[in-house]
Amino acid sequence: MVFLSGSRSGAQPIARLARGAAPSWADVVVVLLLAGTAVLIARGAGEMSASLAQLAVTPVTLDPARLPEYALLTTLRMFAALAASLLFTFTVATLAAKSRKAELLIVPALDILQSVPVLGFLTFTVTFFMGLFPGRQIGVECAAIFAIFTSQAWNMAFSFYQSLRTIPSDLDEVSRQFGFSPWRRFIRLELPFAMPGLVWNVMMSMSGGWFFVVASEAITVGKTTIALPGIGSWLSLAIARQDMRAVAVGVGAMAVVILLYDQLVFRPIVAWADKFRFEQTASQDRPGSWVYDLVRRTRWLRLAAAPLSWPGRLLSAIDWPAATLAPLRLGPKAARTFDALWIGLVTAAVATAVWLLWSFISRSLTWGDAATAFELGFATLARVVVLIALASLIWVPIGVWIGLRPAWAERLQPVAQFLAAFPANVLFPFMVVAIVSLRLDPNIWLSPLMVLGTQWYILFNVIAGASALPSDLKEAARVFGIRGWQWWRQVGLPGIFPYYVTGALTASGGSWNASIVAEAVTWGDMRLEAAGLGSFIANATAAGDHARVALGVAVMSIFVVTFNRVLWRPMYRFAERRLRLD
Amino acid sequence: MTAIDDRHLVDVKKIRHLYGKAGGGGQLVLDDVDLTLFDNEIVGLLGRSGSGKSTLLRSIAGLIEPTAGEIEFPRPDGAPPTRVSMVFQSFALFPWLTVQQNVEVGLEAKRVPAEERRRRALAAIDLIGLDGFENAYPKELSGGMRQRVGLARALVVDPNILLMDEPFSALDVLTAETLRTDLLDLWCEGRMGIQSILMVTHNIEEAVLMCDRILVFSSNPGRIVAEIKVDLPQPRHRQNPAFRRLVDQIYARMTLRGSADDRRGDGLFPGMGIGMVLPRVSTNTLAGLMETVSTAPFNGQASLPDLAEALHYEADELFPVAETLQLLRFAEIEGGDLRLTAEARRYAEADVDARKRLFAQHLIAYVPLASHIRRVVDERASHQAPGRRFRDELEDLMPSEEADQTLKTVINWARYAEAFAYDEGADLFTLDDPS
Repeated sequence: MVFLSGSRSGAQPIARLARGAAPSWADVVVVLLLAGTAVLIARGAGEMSASLAQLAVTPVTLDPARLPEYALLTTLRMFAALAASLLFTFTVATLAAKSRKAELLIVPALDILQSVPVLGFLTFTVTFFMGLFPGRQIGVECAAIFAIFTSQAWNMAFSFYQSLRTIPSDLDEVSRQFGFSPWRRFIRLELPFAMPGLVWNVMMSMSGGWFFVVASEAITVGKTTIALPGIGSWLSLAIARQDMRAVAVGVGAMAVVILLYDQLVFRPIVAWADKFRFEQTASQDRPGSWVYDLVRRTRWLRLAAAPLSWPGRLLSAIDWPAATLAPLRLGPKAARTFDALWIGLVTAAVATAVWLLWSFISRSLTWGDAATAFELGFATLARVVVLIALASLIWVPIGVWIGLRPAWAERLQPVAQFLAAFPANVLFPFMVVAIVSLRLDPNIWLSPLMVLGTQWYILFNVIAGASALPSDLKEAARVFGIRGWQWWRQVGLPGIFPYYVTGALTASGGSWNASIVAEAVTWGDMRLEAAGLGSFIANATAAGDHARVALGVAVMSIFVVTFNRVLWRPMYRFAERRLRLD
Repeated sequence: MTAIDDRHLVDVKKIRHLYGKAGGGGQLVLDDVDLTLFDNEIVGLLGRSGSGKSTLLRSIAGLIEPTAGEIEFPRPDGAPPTRVSMVFQSFALFPWLTVQQNVEVGLEAKRVPAEERRRRALAAIDLIGLDGFENAYPKELSGGMRQRVGLARALVVDPNILLMDEPFSALDVLTAETLRTDLLDLWCEGRMGIQSILMVTHNIEEAVLMCDRILVFSSNPGRIVAEIKVDLPQPRHRQNPAFRRLVDQIYARMTLRGSADDRRGDGLFPGMGIGMVLPRVSTNTLAGLMETVSTAPFNGQASLPDLAEALHYEADELFPVAETLQLLRFAEIEGGDLRLTAEARRYAEADVDARKRLFAQHLIAYVPLASHIRRVVDERASHQAPGRRFRDELEDLMPSEEADQTLKTVINWARYAEAFAYDEGADLFTLDDPS
């Protein structure tokens, strides 16, 4: 999925894509390396999958009394994945920001990984982790958590990396002048500065994560079906039993969980993180949270919440020894040797990756398969394009209308964000029942499912853009009687464009990903399928055909990355150059 | 060692600093600079932007390692090593820390125990006049209060030397004056516990007001071209004739280069021919300056300090405008005076079209890059040329940001003069034919 860093009140058009475009050779190198790694994991998974047969998992039941427990387990998985993502973010992004050589590989890798349909990897990771812990539930748990992790980590790491690269030079100088240790620098400067972007991206990641937790708790790979206790498994069981009431209850539970975590966890964090916003002026509309206010106002609650800040205090009090090692100074000759060594290493890795890929794919696939995959890719591409266009036609006018009315925007913005966080895949059964009972063509009518969950990104970004339209521009438009089409052409559309691109980019990335679950849906023993790359991957997963899954994912990655480079990136650059309001 | 040597706080010896690549495109910002800071003095580094004075200050602060040269902090035997501390132009406060936490940050880095940290921070806050603001966040404070926090933060670590990088230039005139006075009071009463202050400024009056010694820098590359001792007793008054004389004298010193001995315009700005780095000066400003000087009370000739005062300009802002006029042969600068040429007087009295024609003639005749672009566009059959071509050409001759700025400047001037046109979307220079 593609997410961008932004502010609390909706995405801000931060031109990640417009940054000095990574050299294209780096993209190729990274794609090859990633693909090579994937093959290695797949091989390992294939070898270890023998032990899967003995695996026994407590069966999931449709007993409403157990639903709170399921909801709790699902939420725990989310937060476990979040912790892993944060760890990944702090290490990998820091490495990328501090080492130029690491940066050359990590940055394009993050860029591609956040565009790649990670849902397709589910089959590899499940078998891999189950092989790692044969016969134990922990393996499947790890696989599910890892699946969520792969949907969360990249954009967080990217945001953190970007923050580290844009630390204001004067604050950097103060830290150096006072001789901050690396640890203190991290606690006092880097982490606080990165906090607003990071919090926003964590929220976006969590939104995406709900989708994956539902998809990854109950998964069928080949002949094995594993269902972890959780809302996702509840839903898939309800679907298998065609129990519409259970589906509705599951959806309701999901809504409650998302609402609770939003109110109890994220609103307070956003309100707290507001103090890290790097602005020297006090802002007019501070984000509010009743929980945060309550904790701050009530003494006993504050006392109760105090232990939460102890780890932070403790961490900032630790006196890590200042790095005594001076940065290694290499002579020009040594540096050149080191560079050559590095390049040699990367070249060798790329060669190995190419060889691995070739031997892996050529063993079970023909050129015909590749052609089929590409053909299906175009079918899915057509769906994505048409649906994003349709969603834009519907939501842009509505979003602008709402955004221009502050009272409405304030009320509806959280609703749009909630809808974006809601995992749309839990709603699929309703659509399937409708298609079956009305005898509609699944090739057309399954398509809307792809944008069901992602269209909201367009809506709330457009609302944010329209709210950000400067009032003097609006007034000027009114004074000069600019109305109708002229208003859209010269005021409305240019004003929201950067925001729209952010939203549409996110929505299209999400739609590609969603196609894997949306193009092939089941309801009990009914099975609907639309011809496309998504159903290709879903079928290959169900059949346990690793080579086809890999092919499908690779082709989809190529489509997504190309789509981003050819369409969204130029649009970003255009917005950055011509339509900036500040 | 003699007794006098013991009073040296800093010895800077033959410092050179090169930004960017060492080979092509690198820019020499400091060239063979020597400086000695003595005990108990305020020294000002005065110069225009790009003269390397900030680089020198940062080298002393240990933030930049100069390409060549040495910086020593001689100490009498047994004394602890010299501590330096710095105040920033942009205040550089951590927005997520309160005033007190910001002040404590340097002590925290030195692992001073919490209780002592608090005591010392409160003392510094008290000294600098911030009592009552301890728990405020920087974004709640005015600019003047923020810089007080910056000052308290620098003083709380008990530095021997206080470095200040244009500490008052981000403040409005009144606030800056209050802060200067307060700082001088503290200094004269010896309440800050520091031995010397080294400050960077581009404001000539500020330097004369505060400093015991002023080192004037030339730009491109940065060198110390004059050392001026200020013997006026504190408190100094701007209206004092001796004060005015000194200010005039420094103005003249700073505009000396590129005057009588070098009338061709080259040397005014760094680089030769089409490689000349042009400053970002708008044609409106140029026109405004010509109009102002051509009318009463100046009547065609003005001293730069008077002009700066009349226009509420800083010297640093006025110099590039004046020198652009000189480059375009609309003015001559000599001994701190600006004198309009006959063409400039004609320009000031002409109507819009005549002004544009006159400006275009001078632009093509005296700005090598403008005539170069015009010639290339003229010679091509299509009468258009890609911007890339000129950008590459300029980047061979100067760092890329300067190339960018130079090209933008020449585009702006040419658009006003209607000498040639530029289409940003297509990155294309064309011959704009109005007919």
